[in-house]
Amino acid sequence: MFELLGIPPQVLMGQLLLGLINGSFYAVLSLGLAVIFGLLNIINFSHGAQYMLGAFVAWMLLEYLGINYWWALLLAPVIVGATGIVLEKLALRRLYHLDHLYGLLLTFGVALIIQGLFRNYYGISGLPYQIPSQLSGGQNLGFMFLPNYRGWVVVASVVVCFGTWFVIEKTRLGAYLRAATENPTLVGAFGINVPLMIMLTYGFGVALAGFAGVLAAPIYSVNPNMGADLIIVVFAVVVIGGMGSIMGAIVTGFGLGIVEGLTKVFYPAGSAVVIFVIMAIVLMIKPEGLFGRNN
Amino acid sequence: MKKTILGALTVASFGLPAMAQDNIEVTLGVLNDRSGVYADLSGEGSVVAARMAVEDFDAASKGLDVEVISADHQNKPDIASNIARQWYDQDGVDAILDVPTSSTALAVADITAQANKILIDSGAGSTQLTGEQCQPTTIHWTYDTAALAKGTGGAVTEAGDKKWFFLTADYAFGHSLEEETMKIVEESGGEIVGSVRHPFPATDFSSFLLQAQASGADVIGLANAGGDTVNAIKQASEFGITQSGQSLAALLMFITDVHALGAQTAQGLVLTEAFYWDHDDETREWSARFEEKFGSKPTMVHAGVYSGTMHYLRAVEATGSTDGDVVAEWMKANEFDDPLFGEGYVRKDGRVIHDMHLYEVKTPDESTGEWDLYKHVSTIPGEEAFLPMEGSGCAFANES
Repeated sequence: MFELLGIPPQVLMGQLLLGLINGSFYAVLSLGLAVIFGLLNIINFSHGAQYMLGAFVAWMLLEYLGINYWWALLLAPVIVGATGIVLEKLALRRLYHLDHLYGLLLTFGVALIIQGLFRNYYGISGLPYQIPSQLSGGQNLGFMFLPNYRGWVVVASVVVCFGTWFVIEKTRLGAYLRAATENPTLVGAFGINVPLMIMLTYGFGVALAGFAGVLAAPIYSVNPNMGADLIIVVFAVVVIGGMGSIMGAIVTGFGLGIVEGLTKVFYPAGSAVVIFVIMAIVLMIKPEGLFGRNN
Repeated sequence: MKKTILGALTVASFGLPAMAQDNIEVTLGVLNDRSGVYADLSGEGSVVAARMAVEDFDAASKGLDVEVISADHQNKPDIASNIARQWYDQDGVDAILDVPTSSTALAVADITAQANKILIDSGAGSTQLTGEQCQPTTIHWTYDTAALAKGTGGAVTEAGDKKWFFLTADYAFGHSLEEETMKIVEESGGEIVGSVRHPFPATDFSSFLLQAQASGADVIGLANAGGDTVNAIKQASEFGITQSGQSLAALLMFITDVHALGAQTAQGLVLTEAFYWDHDDETREWSARFEEKFGSKPTMVHAGVYSGTMHYLRAVEATGSTDGDVVAEWMKANEFDDPLFGEGYVRKDGRVIHDMHLYEVKTPDESTGEWDLYKHVSTIPGEEAFLPMEGSGCAFANES
């Protein structure tokens, strides 16, 4: 068997797969950001806090109401999405005509408030959330042990990502949406309720973050800072993919997960910065991002 | 309006000196992390513990007017230094308590010595506090990295898990914990088969865990803390590492971390602590009172703040002084028999010598409640647990 730089192929295979799994989280999160930016022109800095909310809502549903993981997977994104809709209706709506910076500042402030509130009530250590019994255990693939839950994460993310892409790029509803962001006045003149559509789109983007949060709850520590740790990386992914590009967010999400996974084998200490190095290079060569439209 | 305030101030200023003649005024400052990663294991709980000590000591009837204040140092040495200076110079603070995070503790220790006050550290782990950077006015109460390494590293190796792989947080604390544990492992007849340094903080450990799995080690030593440890253990359980025969040794873990994982995930984990709420009747009684005030069980850091405050107040009562040198000398000259830490004493270099305990996390079947998490494995006598004073690099302690 061949060896690459002293790394046996089975280790490499294992790391590629792990990279793909981490990439799933990047993909779902950056997709939500890309939808919101692409269609609303809002830089949603509270995305990390909304991801954290997803995990916490799943925990609360189980703890207080006895609702299991599968229902949480459905309910938590709806609940988190609803909080997003409230935020849009009360605050974000008033900022559309202003510079991007105002939306960024508002959502950043909201993120700090949400995180602070949860820190105050639930502390910083985190809360336990078990893997659902149907998905515990794992498969021995020969080159690695793949926990069933991680396999599920990849499948669920791929389905959600491509489902979203399909709806926005290939359906009539998606066409209305895209048209409404290009020229809201004209689309409104055709009798379509543009503000409602925009509001629901923001809710959907936020729900995606909540969905990723539920996916993460059984494997990462459920704590108020879990989103803050991740959001910067996810923003880098969106910038590399091209701000607002749906396909770009999905492909770079998975791709950068793999790149990061490989870095952990060859040079572990560099794994925290590799995505930012790539971002710097991409910005120098193709500032609009790998999949961005140059307008 | 103005007149009323002025009036109140006049009354207050006339009232105060009269009281001061009878009583010694003592101000204690709890300086720790109130919002970041260590907020649960120190934070407000330490303030509650200090206040409990003041009550239990019955300071008021012994002629001491004790006030407890607190501040958030955000784990940053510069912020901690500023607060410490202000407290000593302007706010009349006599002793600073807790101070988790080694870098902040070392900064505060220097300022405390300059001001001739007292630092009773409970939250930080660095052996430097009573080693090369020791100060005559520093008392290091609860634990240090050497005691943790000795407890967990030594016990696990002697129990037969000889081959170690280290998963180390890539910053000063992780490196030092790794180094001290490696030393103990090798002394106990163990072997180091590899190590990997992960970025701090990290979310995903699966890649590093697979490397650890491939190394053929008996035990994976986690030289990290807080959320990193929690994530690593959660994922090790998911990847079937513990089920396949490799065990995990958490080198720094508090009961709040184990509580965050739950017994299902953390079961079988071996760790060293100075204090566990369910150790004996006295710790149970105190912890129940603490829980009533604070809402959760105390960590060993909270317990250390309580006991340290008690010993400090005894010193102030006995000497009638809040002078750093005088108080430190009394605290070192007099042994204590404490409800939470048992019998112990403060060594000349400021290291508090008390027993440490090795615990194993219970299985979900054994655990009867959310905080019923540990079973006692063994006790490491204080003299063995901590580094000897000779050769520690503490100049003033080794002079004569």
